[in-house]
Amino acid sequence: MALSHLATSSSRSAALLRPLSSSIYLRRPISTDTTPITVETSVPFTSHQCEAPSRSVETNPKELLTFFRDMALMRRMEIAADSLYKAKLIRGFCHLYDGQEAVAVGMEAAITKKDCIITAYRDHCTFVGRGGTLLEVFSELMGRQAGCSRGKGGSMHFYKKDSNFYGGHGIVGAQVPLGCGLAFAQKYSKDENVTFALYGDGAANQGQLFEALNISALWDLPAILVCENNHYGMGTAEWRAAKSPAYYKRGDYVPGLKVDGMDALAVKQACKFAKEHALKNGPIILEMDTYRYHGHSMSDPGSTYRTRDEISGVRQRSVIQLKE
Amino acid sequence: MLGIVRQKVLGQSLQKVRPGVSLLRSYSSAAKQMTVREALNSALDEEMSADPKVFLMGEEVGEYQGAYKISKGLLEKYGPERVLDTPITEAGFTGIGVGAAYYGLKPVVEFMTFNFSMQAIDHIINSAAKSNYMSAGQISVPIVFRGPNGAAAGVGAQHSQCYAAWYASCPGLKVLTPYNSEDARGLLKAAIRDPDPVIFLENELLYGESFPVSDEVLDSSFCLPIGKAKIEREGKDVTISAFSKMVGHALKAAEILEKDGIDAEVINLRSIRPLDRSTINTSVRKTNRLITVEEGFPQHGVGAEICASVVEESFGYLDAPVERVAGADVPMPYAANLERMAVPQVEDIVRAAKRACYRSVPLAAAA
Repeated sequence: MALSHLATSSSRSAALLRPLSSSIYLRRPISTDTTPITVETSVPFTSHQCEAPSRSVETNPKELLTFFRDMALMRRMEIAADSLYKAKLIRGFCHLYDGQEAVAVGMEAAITKKDCIITAYRDHCTFVGRGGTLLEVFSELMGRQAGCSRGKGGSMHFYKKDSNFYGGHGIVGAQVPLGCGLAFAQKYSKDENVTFALYGDGAANQGQLFEALNISALWDLPAILVCENNHYGMGTAEWRAAKSPAYYKRGDYVPGLKVDGMDALAVKQACKFAKEHALKNGPIILEMDTYRYHGHSMSDPGSTYRTRDEISGVRQRSVIQLKE
Repeated sequence: MLGIVRQKVLGQSLQKVRPGVSLLRSYSSAAKQMTVREALNSALDEEMSADPKVFLMGEEVGEYQGAYKISKGLLEKYGPERVLDTPITEAGFTGIGVGAAYYGLKPVVEFMTFNFSMQAIDHIINSAAKSNYMSAGQISVPIVFRGPNGAAAGVGAQHSQCYAAWYASCPGLKVLTPYNSEDARGLLKAAIRDPDPVIFLENELLYGESFPVSDEVLDSSFCLPIGKAKIEREGKDVTISAFSKMVGHALKAAEILEKDGIDAEVINLRSIRPLDRSTINTSVRKTNRLITVEEGFPQHGVGAEICASVVEESFGYLDAPVERVAGADVPMPYAANLERMAVPQVEDIVRAAKRACYRSVPLAAAA
């Protein structure tokens, strides 16, 4: 039986050292079936200034199971972080990503580790997607030397340079010009890779975003701006913060695509499309329609500005159940 | 918007010699003259030539040849991929520069004046300065932020602030303040080669000033160490520390003091962060009196830090309180007579030195 295999092989902590792809959870028989199958995304893409990609996504059973496993791992990790924070083992800020896992996982499926990713402070799962281990995550959150930033960064400052993950930034919106700078450097070095700069609907109103987008469009940088629209900037709903919450259209002359961020296959398709576009034509915006089950951070109960019905309603569309 | 401000430096005793195209014409062994502008231009040129990862970006650095002509000829030589004209969006292009540095390139970001760096200060401090520490060394940011700093002439309150103290207070940054052409060449080369973010504070009024440079300075491998001050003039009665344009004022003050029998030692700080506390303290232990000179606002200024350092390390050696000569505690006025009163003049340094030497009536209280 697979479980006995578990006990004899390696200790639990060693398992935490291995990146996601070789986790011991998988010793039970898992499909290695790579027969291509085609799945339709839950909803069609909506596009701005470009032709939307097809709803039919190429995948295979192995990839689908990998999605499920990775997202389930991320979900459990964030829930564990919640408990650790309440036990006061994690200090300061802790922004949890549960609900948004499909964005991290779908994106990784479309790109390589030579493409760059940069995000803001809701970075635990993005880091894991880039190959970070659970040990590095929890050690960093608890301020230990084994952490990815050796305990000096904290929740908001995870980095993994060898996988081109550039953080982990605490200042809302700052990561977008930085991401365009990474794209600039990729173009300068003739690398044929792209950068995904992730930001939220709250950050979408930042002026520096438009400054960076203007320069990226002028200089044809391979920058993909990904708005993870979870509909709340901290406690402020998007309709209270943005005159135009159609974030995928905000680029004006820059093309955009609206994607169901709860569907990892749709995210994968969109990122694949965006990478091809960015390498040929310069910047593009992806708006991922997603949701966070926790509040903005652990200090925020997340219930003062939205109803429990809304949260449970979104759980019906749960990203992980979609995969099942 | 600031246009080019061509300034004749008043009371300049050095002749302005323009060497023309080739600086390498050898006139026997006589020292060559080089303006600070030429020094900066040649340093940029040589570093861009030596390392293909070095690129320059900023407003008007390309086709306009540089707002103050510091980047003259570079676009023609290196092309638009390495000399980039940016829109007037400091937050955006500074962030892009820092992101490029994360990836491993070596950007030189020009601010038309450091007053405009305030629009981008979040990227300088939070994205550049702190990243090496927060990432436990994974991310290094080999970027240089350069441009004119401090007062020019008649440009008013929003275009005249000195940012040395602000940037120097932040761990993770290096802050350099060249005075003459040798400083300009050596420190800019060191800054570009440095793996950490460097704030390079030039001075617009010094761009046109000419200084003698030795063959060693003209060599393309010439480099000055970061964090070392230079004793510009040795003395034994009082130490005067200064940086940037104020070094010139301090040297003139020393000449005047000499006639009154006061032998002043003038320190050109060159580096505000790291501050060369060792050179300053060694000098104070020799002379027992200290005047700090800076252009910027007095409160929380560079002089305050130097005074604290001397009190911490050499208190027993002080024979008089440390005198702090700084700009006036007002936004820079426009009228010429008011502006003259708002920036330290040579006479202010002379008076402070005499006070420290008990040669005049002490101030009742700081103004």
